[in-house]
Amino acid sequence: MKHKTFFWFFLPTAMAMFLFIALPLVSVVSQSFHVPHDKVLITVENCDPFGCTSQTQIDHTLTQELYEAEPLGQWAGLGIYFDRGHLAITEVGEMWRGSSDLGDFFSTLKNLPFYRAMGFTLTFTFVVTPLVILVGFLIALAVNSLHQRLKGLMIFFSLLPMIVTPLIGSLILFWMIDSRGIIGTGLQVLLENPDLSLKASTGLTWVTLIIYGIWHAAPFAFIVFYAGLQTVPKETLESAMIDGATRFQQIFHVVIPHLVPLVAFVALMQLMDNFRVFEPIIGFHAEAHATSLSWIIYNDLGGETRLLSSAATTSVLTIIGVSILLAPVLVRTWREFNPKG
Amino acid sequence: MSSSQIKKPLGLQILIYGFVLLWFILAAFPFLWTFWGSFKVELDFFSKADWTNAISGARTQVVYGKAFTGAGYDGAWIQEEFWRAFRNTGIVCFFTVLTSLTIATLGGYALSRSGFRYAFWLLIIALIFRALPPITLVSGYLLPFFQWNIWGILPTTIIVLVAINQPFTLWMLHSFFQKIPKELDESAKVDGCTQFQAFKNVIIPIMWPGVITAGLFSFLLAYNDFAITAMLLSQENQTMVPKINSFMGTTQTEGNVMFAVAAVVSAVVPLFILVMFFQRQLVSGLTAGAVKG
Repeated sequence: MKHKTFFWFFLPTAMAMFLFIALPLVSVVSQSFHVPHDKVLITVENCDPFGCTSQTQIDHTLTQELYEAEPLGQWAGLGIYFDRGHLAITEVGEMWRGSSDLGDFFSTLKNLPFYRAMGFTLTFTFVVTPLVILVGFLIALAVNSLHQRLKGLMIFFSLLPMIVTPLIGSLILFWMIDSRGIIGTGLQVLLENPDLSLKASTGLTWVTLIIYGIWHAAPFAFIVFYAGLQTVPKETLESAMIDGATRFQQIFHVVIPHLVPLVAFVALMQLMDNFRVFEPIIGFHAEAHATSLSWIIYNDLGGETRLLSSAATTSVLTIIGVSILLAPVLVRTWREFNPKG
Repeated sequence: MSSSQIKKPLGLQILIYGFVLLWFILAAFPFLWTFWGSFKVELDFFSKADWTNAISGARTQVVYGKAFTGAGYDGAWIQEEFWRAFRNTGIVCFFTVLTSLTIATLGGYALSRSGFRYAFWLLIIALIFRALPPITLVSGYLLPFFQWNIWGILPTTIIVLVAINQPFTLWMLHSFFQKIPKELDESAKVDGCTQFQAFKNVIIPIMWPGVITAGLFSFLLAYNDFAITAMLLSQENQTMVPKINSFMGTTQTEGNVMFAVAAVVSAVVPLFILVMFFQRQLVSGLTAGAVKG
């Protein structure tokens, strides 16, 4: 294809991505280095027959001028990055000096919002991802050995937890685990603890969110592995059987090696998606016990005061996190498309 | 595979069927339960005293004289005007899918037919964009949108969703077009077609299976989005998902949880129908990236 033809074909999608992904990205990065201007205050003296009162007012013209001169706001450098709401360098330093051992240090670190969110985000990502792969693989193995008709039915119902909007899926489960809901009451009876509430403790909330994460993502792993199972070479399986391999050995030495590339694919997709965990926290009303990086951004942006600079800073930190997590994928895609050099 | 294998021992059979049944219950039961419960009153839906009430609807019978009531739906759709949110979701999804498919088809086709280095770089950039959580971009949107006075309206949100959809759709269509042999459009070009004519006359007639699959996934992305729609739409233009979230704030306190339950069920039904009709395409789309490696 000629350069010129390519240009015209690619122009619309390039414009869309440039204007609404690349430019906002630049804007987010620059916002994270600026704080909004303070309003310019002036003291006015009002004199009337009963005496003079002085009043502090916002000088709108001066404020306006300031905004026009520096529309981005005041240059703050890395100031927002280091403040208490983000990396909290000073506080972390104090905690480091003040704590007796490493465990102590980490438990005080949890009081800082950014590190608290980071803690949950990383725990969620690295617990849910391997479990999703395991559960998805087991479902794929089990469904693959079913009768043909049942397979279709199972695939249909398995798709539901994944397809349904995360917020809605988590709300459905949230109502069920409510202390008056069916699962919540069931657990109370089962554990003989009438006061048990899954929403009350941090530990149980984390467990709930992680189980939700697996429930939501296992179907994806299942479908990918199930498709992979259809292409397992029959000859290899048969020769393994003739050589006397047990069922378990067949799975371990033939099926799993065949699925390894798919495991890598699922793992990377899951790392990417789990790192942005956010809707379940809203759906389960879990923000008192678990927050994530995306949730902090959402929280800063919502409400009356939109803390754009603070949200932008968390955004940049999140993007840095994603890049670290996904560096292996990029390198891999690079090699795949670039076999010569 | 199973036919060529020796018969499984009974214990293993039971284990497999038990596991499949367990997963089936985990996957399907929450939806069936909530669907059934959405036709009850709150005291039945949350029945601490006797869980069978949730099935039989004992309290519902006391209030309405029958075991089912559409009161939740009535409250959500008419009183709380959920139909507005439903309509907005419809508009957003329709235009997002239409626009993103149009421009991604052109772009994906061009990428698959260009042998130059920059096509590879563009794909890498798209992959990086795909990895960004959409919410990290929102603070970059707000200021300009406020300034130009285009915040809160549906077209703005549609354009943003189209852009966020692009990387994924582009990759999907790129790998789909690569599977269509280059010789097809090359021979059309030898016969005197321009590139665009070759695309129009040769590729468009055979591209629909791939385009439909890509369309399903852009639909799901637009339908399921919460981060963008919650931040960029004003109260009266909200789509279903942010609307349900604001229900949770308002109706919970007023004791109208059933409105939210009815709204949730209403939002799941279209997805249910979608899976029913497009199961094959969804499965093929999910595995498309994986099969490539």
